[in-house]
Amino acid sequence: MLALLLADAPALPLDEAGKYVAGAYVVFVVLLVIYVSIMASKVARIERELKEVASFAEQRKAEEKEEVSA
Amino acid sequence: MYGKGLRPLSIATVAMLALSLSLVFFYAPLDADQGFIQKIFYLHVPLAITALVGFIVGGVFAIAHLRSGNAKWDAYSYVSIHISVIFGVAVLVTGAIWAKASWGHWWVWDEPTLVSFLIVFLLYCTYYPFRYAIEDRDRQARYASVFAVTAGAFVPLNFMAVRMAQSLVHPRVFATSTGGLPGSMMLVFLCSLAAMALLWLTLVKFELAAKSASGQVKRLRRALDAPGSGASSRIAPEVS
Repeated sequence: MLALLLADAPALPLDEAGKYVAGAYVVFVVLLVIYVSIMASKVARIERELKEVASFAEQRKAEEKEEVSA
Repeated sequence: MYGKGLRPLSIATVAMLALSLSLVFFYAPLDADQGFIQKIFYLHVPLAITALVGFIVGGVFAIAHLRSGNAKWDAYSYVSIHISVIFGVAVLVTGAIWAKASWGHWWVWDEPTLVSFLIVFLLYCTYYPFRYAIEDRDRQARYASVFAVTAGAFVPLNFMAVRMAQSLVHPRVFATSTGGLPGSMMLVFLCSLAAMALLWLTLVKFELAAKSASGQVKRLRRALDAPGSGASSRIAPEVS
């Protein structure tokens, strides 16, 4: 089986091997970029939620002040 | 808290990745047998080692969770396994590309190394639906920890079984009594391994920091009785 496989696939010349090596490294970079993009969207969502909570807290504080002054 | 030290760690990771890539393409000698294709070795093998060690680390954190009951360790375990699964995807894809280039086949089902890694990977893929199937957070964390410990123990056992098995085409670079890697290749390999380990650590810290920030926002919502305070992810553990 091993002999058959090796006979079927001899060592590749540089011009052909380059495509595979580039492919492997590109796959790694693409996976990393996908992960970072997903994390970036998560961080953006957290920021948006934090803004909502901050504006809610400010609104509540303003309402409490109005109640005290009234 | 979880984001502490993330910046220097990220800088160290980028520097180490740049160094290891430079060494791979400008310093490491061409392999006498495989030629230029062997450059995939410096990506594929460190990724595989980091992923497998990450699974074991996830199991160790799960033990800490089961012993202490502290949800923090469950979050560590979940994130370790999560990042290792992503690394596992990269291992399978880069391995398939390397196999096609050097053996002429994308996958060889007779080869124990390939199939055993696939089994470990698929085992950990079931971690997510397993977690998701349990509604109660405490039970979810406990059961997920038991899974992580059992699967984590399976990883080294599986690795040893593969080393003892008859290899068909996949080389046993670090186990041979004669030959093995020459010094220059070993240096480049160790740099690549350090780069991948740093990348894994950075991503784990990044993920934990994001989860912690999300958890703090939810706590703030609950404390203020703000709208949407009940909404929460069922699958991922909440980090406070």
